[in-house]
Amino acid sequence: MRNPLADKVVDIKPSGIRKFFDIVSEMKDAISLGVGEPDFDTPWHIRDEGIYSLEKGRTFYTSNAGLKELKIEICNYMKRTQNIDYNHKDEVIVTVGGSEAIDIALRAMINEGDEVLIPQPSYVSYEPCAILANAVPVIIELKAENEFRLTAQELLEAITEKTKVLILPFPNNPTGAIMEKEDLEAIAKVIEEKDIFVISDEIYAELTYKGKHVSIASLPGMKERTILINGFSKSYAMTGWRLGYACGPKNILEQMIKIHQFAIMCAPTTSQYAAVEALKNGDEDVCQMREAYNQRRRYLLHTFREMGLECFEPFGAFYVFPCIKEFGMTSEEFANRFLQEEKVAVVPGTAFGDCGEGFLRISYAYSLENLKVAIGRLKNFVERLRKEKKEERG
Amino acid sequence: MREQILTIIEKNSRMDIKELAVILGVEEIAVVNELAAMEAEGIICGYHTMIDWEKTSIEKVTALIEVRVTPQRGQGFDHIAERIYKYPEVNSVYLISGGFDLMVTLEGKSLKEVSTFVSDKLSTLDTVLSTATHFILKKYKDHGTILTKKSEDEREKITP
Repeated sequence: MRNPLADKVVDIKPSGIRKFFDIVSEMKDAISLGVGEPDFDTPWHIRDEGIYSLEKGRTFYTSNAGLKELKIEICNYMKRTQNIDYNHKDEVIVTVGGSEAIDIALRAMINEGDEVLIPQPSYVSYEPCAILANAVPVIIELKAENEFRLTAQELLEAITEKTKVLILPFPNNPTGAIMEKEDLEAIAKVIEEKDIFVISDEIYAELTYKGKHVSIASLPGMKERTILINGFSKSYAMTGWRLGYACGPKNILEQMIKIHQFAIMCAPTTSQYAAVEALKNGDEDVCQMREAYNQRRRYLLHTFREMGLECFEPFGAFYVFPCIKEFGMTSEEFANRFLQEEKVAVVPGTAFGDCGEGFLRISYAYSLENLKVAIGRLKNFVERLRKEKKEERG
Repeated sequence: MREQILTIIEKNSRMDIKELAVILGVEEIAVVNELAAMEAEGIICGYHTMIDWEKTSIEKVTALIEVRVTPQRGQGFDHIAERIYKYPEVNSVYLISGGFDLMVTLEGKSLKEVSTFVSDKLSTLDTVLSTATHFILKKYKDHGTILTKKSEDEREKITP
């Protein structure tokens, strides 16, 4: 029999986070700080609206680009949070999670051989999606000394004749880094000069702890060259509803909708009705969850300082990204031993790109009580490692 | 900061000052002062423990009693409310809008004890016109805490 598989797909490495979760799920009393989704339930009034839509028999497809009412609410949201005007008729598409939006945006914009700039450490999907879209992924290694922000210099150095798209993943998973307005203005200049496009993944937009999130699309001249991606998973704790969206210029959206309509048809109808409620009446819930995350974030940073573990202060998402270089082992070794010896799962920074070496991703989408137990174990572990090191030297 | 402190200690009054300071990102002394001020102003009235007595071997019966009364000249409902809340077996007394006037919650060892209290003490007060007693059969949720089951982390393993 012939090989039934496509080389392009076979060559894609499976995600590095997976391995750890497989071990964790088989280990008794292991606790995980690895999960990348909110620990909160979707607020009740939003779930209720989903249930109500089912009761009313709203079980049909919506139009391909999404429920009109939802698209209008998305545009209102963009206007009130970012002061960007999008037309609900042709500048918005509702997708199955932000992930689908990333995929179809790349597929709509890339010709074979075009280069896509991917700052890392970052979410693990960009690179495989770029490869599947026949792009050449070009990695920009972000640096701890810049708090893992993307600088204009780094961007400039990575751009070639073939560069077409920059993926801009802020607030960032796994580092928790954000890009503030000045940071964005600096790179916007380069983007315009070099005439490239931006896919801005702003799924964590509501989870920032130092002023409000600023979208690159809100800067002058940027809306025309930006696909802004957001969704309901992180901000409203709606991961299982699978709902995201993309906003952008009509000419690109038109092509994205084509891929979406042939591959997906439309996003789930129940989820779309629930999402209308989320955008209309969910601000207070977002506020409360953000405050809870922020308290946990402060707690973690405080305990790291206490145990002398180096960590820059992240102002976004729900991750901290401490540095473990002092222990002289790789991120994977550290994560493995920590799991075996203390039964706590964290994700090695290398799961998010080679430049994540020497770092760990710790998620704080866990209750303070859980975090306390896990951090107690981290403290034991760190102390033991330091003692070992001392003995080696002594 | 007040609202944040209250939101936290309403759910967990055992959180210590140091920890409150850490998670709110303020100095310990600021938390101490704020707590002291709120105690002095009567905003914080106590630090109670939520107990699910059902799970103990101690027998307890809780009743909600709707009370209709005649308000008194010059004192409204306050005087009669005071007469009622002074009984130690009374847990809470609220003035209510709608079909009756006072909502009284009461804890006793047995149905008999509660009904004796209602018939002997409450109903015989001069201004009390009528009472309706409801016994609580099961508590599902109290003070924002669900009592029926502990929820586990149901998040599945997923990548990315």
